[in-house]
Amino acid sequence: MNTVINFLFAAIKAGLPLLFGTTGESLTEKAGNLNLGVEGMVFMGAYMGFFLAYKTESLILALVGAFLIGAFGALVYAFLTVTLKANQTVTGLALTIFGSGFSKFFGTLMITANNKVAPQLPERIKEIVSEKPLPILGDIPYIGKLLFSHSIMVYVGIIIAIVVGLYLNKTYMGLKLKSVGENPAAADAAGINVDLMKYIHILIGGGICGLGGVYISLVNSGGIWDNGCVSGQGWIAVALVIFVNWSPIAAIFGSILFGGLKVLRLYLPTSFLPIAIYDMLPFVITAIVLIATSMRKSKEFAQPKGCGVNYFREER
Amino acid sequence: MMNKKLPAFHVVKRKSISSTKRAALSALAFVLAILLGGIFIALIGQNPAEVYSTIISGAFRSKMATVATIKIAIPLLITALGVSLAFKMKFWNIGAEGQIIMGGIFASYFALFHADLPHFPLMLIMFAAGALGGGILGAIPAYFKCKYDTNETLFTLMLNYIALNIIVFLTQGPWKDPKSTGFQKIATFTENARLAEVGGVHVGWIIALVLCVVVFVYLNYTKNGYEISVIGDSKNTAKYAGMNVNKIVIRTMFLSGAVCGISGVIQVSGVAFTLAESVAGGVGFTAIIVAWLSRLNPFVCIVISMLLAILEKGSSVMQSTMGLSTEVANVLEGIILFVILAVDFFGDYKIAVRKEGGK
Repeated sequence: MNTVINFLFAAIKAGLPLLFGTTGESLTEKAGNLNLGVEGMVFMGAYMGFFLAYKTESLILALVGAFLIGAFGALVYAFLTVTLKANQTVTGLALTIFGSGFSKFFGTLMITANNKVAPQLPERIKEIVSEKPLPILGDIPYIGKLLFSHSIMVYVGIIIAIVVGLYLNKTYMGLKLKSVGENPAAADAAGINVDLMKYIHILIGGGICGLGGVYISLVNSGGIWDNGCVSGQGWIAVALVIFVNWSPIAAIFGSILFGGLKVLRLYLPTSFLPIAIYDMLPFVITAIVLIATSMRKSKEFAQPKGCGVNYFREER
Repeated sequence: MMNKKLPAFHVVKRKSISSTKRAALSALAFVLAILLGGIFIALIGQNPAEVYSTIISGAFRSKMATVATIKIAIPLLITALGVSLAFKMKFWNIGAEGQIIMGGIFASYFALFHADLPHFPLMLIMFAAGALGGGILGAIPAYFKCKYDTNETLFTLMLNYIALNIIVFLTQGPWKDPKSTGFQKIATFTENARLAEVGGVHVGWIIALVLCVVVFVYLNYTKNGYEISVIGDSKNTAKYAGMNVNKIVIRTMFLSGAVCGISGVIQVSGVAFTLAESVAGGVGFTAIIVAWLSRLNPFVCIVISMLLAILEKGSSVMQSTMGLSTEVANVLEGIILFVILAVDFFGDYKIAVRKEGGK
């Protein structure tokens, strides 16, 4: 029983960084833009969050800074793709190249300034983001350990995913947003300001991706700065968006499943399969889901119709 | 229009733009990019002129550096040619990374287990196998795109990571070098399975230039190339014209993957002399940028891939001389791309002033 609890606990810890990226990217894609810059924005958030936590010992500042830098990356992307109609794929890739370069560049400066040793987070921050049982709830046997003994960042991620999920499905704004993503010309005709809607949601989506970076650099890297800390997790988050059918709430479970695949081999009595196979699984499963959903051609299970194509009003 | 005023400006799509104007725009973009990059360098407290001159001189400071720069440009160029084939068809192949890897894996099989063949046939087999490997990985998403309209951007992206983990699997298990103690790796190729050198650089540079001409001719002067551009403009037009669209898409994606696969063969047999996880190392993504910046013109690809190679090699020199991280190359690359993407807008659209009277 304890092994199972420990495994699930580790799965949540390993999977949650993906949840931020997936929530942010879902919001972006619902606005009709495929932003392949997730990896870059997560990287920028990881650096900015760590830097601010390291210098100011304030988690709030770290979160705000990471959100803003992620949103800044998204702003560049939005300006190019929405206003200047640049190709979304290429712009997203450029953002990934820029963002990971940015983070590693300033990360190296931070290391150099610290006598060439990777800087450590202050104890105060380590304490705030450490895994500790919540009062009362944390004392429940098993469940307390499994659900209520995580780092505060886990709850932040889940709350954001739920809020965004409800926003998309239960609010009028969310409905308007989906119409922009599905058919911008119709949305425009209905009096919705398409460009403004895109800007707002691409920026917020980018900011959420940035917060995912904070999770990685503050919680998952053990409090020490690592230039390569994000290492592909932004791309897995893009994959996860497909796996969970653009639903941030389903992404909570999806990210834990992907996290579980990542740590599974550590909890098996004997490793049945080579390690690489476990690392490959998230991508294989996502590819299968991608094919399966396209085979069914179901309206409920598909990417927003306008996703990936820029909207130009005078070309209706 | 009641009391609501129309905006004074609006954006209009251009019908066409002359090639001189296009060239002028590109030059303007380049200058703007250099300026913005310079501002970034100044912001981090360095002298932009000094950084730029270090990058350029660093990339060519010795024969060895020049060779290294060219070696960076070769896979970029070949892969850019490969993705150009797909992009011309508006098929968003971002799986070049995986296709390079598959090319490397297929070629490595022969380099590792059939190294006793005579050199020339062995190399031919390696290239054929590598092209086949990359081609298969390219054709799979094309097949599903045609059959079920599966999103190719996302599918090719997934295949990159699947391919990468195949290398990890081979390194840790079946192809593990038994002689290597501790660190797991695949054995180094024997001399027989390595690319020959011409003029101090492996023959990959000749292959790249030949491919450049081949791809140019294929796209512009063959029936297949014509079919590709028709599909790129409109799938429906192609259908009405009686073209077998599915066949053309799958064939072109096979070729696109095959060319990327060749790039992988050159990396394993001409640079690394083994198969390692770093065989593609982001080239597949950077090559997309090269192809895009070149507007899918193979000869412009040569220039752009050389420029990016200079930036990369020059930055590594800068790290040793000025203590700046090599990552400055990626930051500058990103800034250059953003600027060029932005300036591109003015090639396709123009901003018109609305005439008095609201019309």
